[in-house]
Amino acid sequence: MMAYILRRLLYAIPILIGVNLLTFTLFFVVNTPDDMARLHLGVKRVTPEAIQRWKIEHGYDKSLLLNTRAAGTSKVTDTIFFQHSAAMFAFEFGKSDDGRNIGNEIRNRMGPSLAIALPVFVIGLMVNITFALLMVFFRSTYLDVWGVVLCVVLMSISGLFYIIAGQYFIARLWNLLPISGFAGGIDGLKFILLPVLVSIVGGIGSGARWYRTIFLEEIGKDYVRTARAKGLTETRVLFRHVLKNGMIPILTGAVVVLPLLFMGSLITESFFGIPGLGSYTIDAIQSQDFAIVRAMVFLGSFLYIVGLILTDISYSWADPRVRLQ
Amino acid sequence: MSLQPVMLWTDALIFLLLAGMLGFVWMIRRREHLLAPWRRVGQSPMAMGSVVLLLVFVVIGLLDSLHYRPRLQGGAPDKPQYAVEVLSAFDALVSGLRMRQEKTYSAPLAMHLYAKEFIDRGGVQVRDYPRLQFGGAQLADASGHRADIARRTLAGGLYGVLMSIAATVLLGLWQARRRQLKLAAWLAAGWRGQLNWPMRTVVAMVSALLILGCITANLAAAYHVFGTDKVGQDVLYISLKSIRTGLVIGTLTTLVTLPLAIGLGIAAGYFRGWADDVIQYIYTVLNSIPGVLLIAASVLIVQVYIESNPALFDTAAARADIRLLALCLIMGVTSWTGLARLLRGEALKLRTLDYVEAARAFGVAHGRIITRHIFPNVFHLVLISIVLDFSGLVLAEAVLSYVGVGVDPSMYSWGNMINGARLELAREPTVWWQLGAAFVFMFALVLAANLFADGVRDAFDPRTGGRR
Repeated sequence: MMAYILRRLLYAIPILIGVNLLTFTLFFVVNTPDDMARLHLGVKRVTPEAIQRWKIEHGYDKSLLLNTRAAGTSKVTDTIFFQHSAAMFAFEFGKSDDGRNIGNEIRNRMGPSLAIALPVFVIGLMVNITFALLMVFFRSTYLDVWGVVLCVVLMSISGLFYIIAGQYFIARLWNLLPISGFAGGIDGLKFILLPVLVSIVGGIGSGARWYRTIFLEEIGKDYVRTARAKGLTETRVLFRHVLKNGMIPILTGAVVVLPLLFMGSLITESFFGIPGLGSYTIDAIQSQDFAIVRAMVFLGSFLYIVGLILTDISYSWADPRVRLQ
Repeated sequence: MSLQPVMLWTDALIFLLLAGMLGFVWMIRRREHLLAPWRRVGQSPMAMGSVVLLLVFVVIGLLDSLHYRPRLQGGAPDKPQYAVEVLSAFDALVSGLRMRQEKTYSAPLAMHLYAKEFIDRGGVQVRDYPRLQFGGAQLADASGHRADIARRTLAGGLYGVLMSIAATVLLGLWQARRRQLKLAAWLAAGWRGQLNWPMRTVVAMVSALLILGCITANLAAAYHVFGTDKVGQDVLYISLKSIRTGLVIGTLTTLVTLPLAIGLGIAAGYFRGWADDVIQYIYTVLNSIPGVLLIAASVLIVQVYIESNPALFDTAAARADIRLLALCLIMGVTSWTGLARLLRGEALKLRTLDYVEAARAFGVAHGRIITRHIFPNVFHLVLISIVLDFSGLVLAEAVLSYVGVGVDPSMYSWGNMINGARLELAREPTVWWQLGAAFVFMFALVLAANLFADGVRDAFDPRTGGRR
């Protein structure tokens, strides 16, 4: 088991290097630091000196890959690639364009992101599974057919609509909850409630439908027939046997996104003014802060790979038939 | 010539796609084994009902893709001058909607502006809601407003009913002749559901659309049906123009995805060895980057490129169009991984089957084995994923526009409409019509696409055969 995890971790390194090289190419080769400087200083009336000054301020004035003017190891280390891209492997994200330490920001913003994302994930999973099981229980009746139609209708509605409608009706018209904002501790609960509710409702359509197909696949299997032949009631078959077996694909599918919960949700956070990583990313994109976008790309892919490894482990944990070697 | 045709990049690709689809239809028309699953799609009422709605959207989108620049008045006859503004055939059709611009916001079907202004009334300055320049301009005063709307709705509905009856009778005459039936007999058979296609649903859907369309058209002749936006433009017009953007994103992205996914996915599964390793590595890397971030990073870079090379694009429309195309390219390049993985798995299975091994033993070239034996057997997966992805892409456009990495802000799109209008909800009274129109149109397109995709999946996926 340990050997397997170690091997998977080693396998992750080339992928992270690939991600790193890709972002490096996108941000420094295709789009040179001069372009970045011009974009930030405004396209018109930019003097070469101003560009140079901006580059020195942000540490983009070095050579890309190989610094021929330096001596010894600093030939490689005193370059943009080493200081801005390779440094991410040590989780050194450097400074954003407005001069703040990105690493600190990320640490401070993970909490609020999780405060939204974790309840959405857990409660959403339970709600979706409940709906899916209900549809499976009433399968091939009108209840099931209309349940599926309702799911398709729900998933055809833009996610933005749920947020805007939720904010408008619940917060503005009926004054039940605050429109947006965030606070730590128990005071924060009233701020969290609305985004969590909206995200769960927005996810029911696709989630419940997807779990329904998983349970339907499960229900055609032999052990279900055996259980019925034994004379078990349909409820017992469904909630004891099918649910447990259906949880294997569901849980392992959910584990991949578990680490990514740290990243938060882009849209929800920015609409509800949650100071998490999602709104941080959106702000960075909108102010064209490439340093933050680069850091978030790296962090995101790192967490995704952690999720893949966790998935493999959870397979063997949830299903004793799976052995890792 | 009084106009100069303009072929934008996305126009060219759309018509290429249309030609490809027509070619595909022509190809499968005579092959029973390819036609059979489509027959199953044709028997599903849900799928056929949504096809009718999708067709309406597609026709509007295609009309909106025939671009031209109108000729300006004056100038020497031998050296004509053309407007900078790029219009489309659709603009020419609904020029009334496009031209009737008000001052600022006005509610749906309103006669007055949304905001109060000082008006000169017989020498006295009064602060009141000014009349709209075009909306309800035929009425002398507000007293006949409701009656006028009701009259126009009724008249439009009546036209719609008449037109749908005429359409049904025409369809019936044509079909009855083909089947050598009496019209009444055909109608009765269709009503009882005895035809081999869901005639009731299609007729109901066509009639509903005709009635709705006639009412809208009749009202739009004198009012702004969905109100006007901040600069006074008709929201109905903007929503209709946004259809093309949604369709382009939904289809061209897939067009970019397909060669990558099919080529690399099948190659990885078929050749195995180092090719498999390399391709798997590429798609794991791409997959591990959060989608929105990769799209955002690439769009930012395209933006920098467009801004630093303004000389390459002669009109604002061309610039917006390149950005739309770039968005499709980027979304395509970031989203081929899922289908590629699916095809790789399928190709791994297929390559060990007897007929493939036999072909290899006969010395058939790899390229030919892939095109003749592997590809036709994974084609249903490709088709299912095309139709399933469409709706997701249309929805993604709105989100990306909100993030600021979507289509050009000057382009008509539902995402831009939502983005521009979401802060207006805080006004008193609320400006809801822009958001409402964008969501309704987007919902109609996505729902139709989803229902159609379900029909296609049920017909093509051997696993779901029989149960839904």
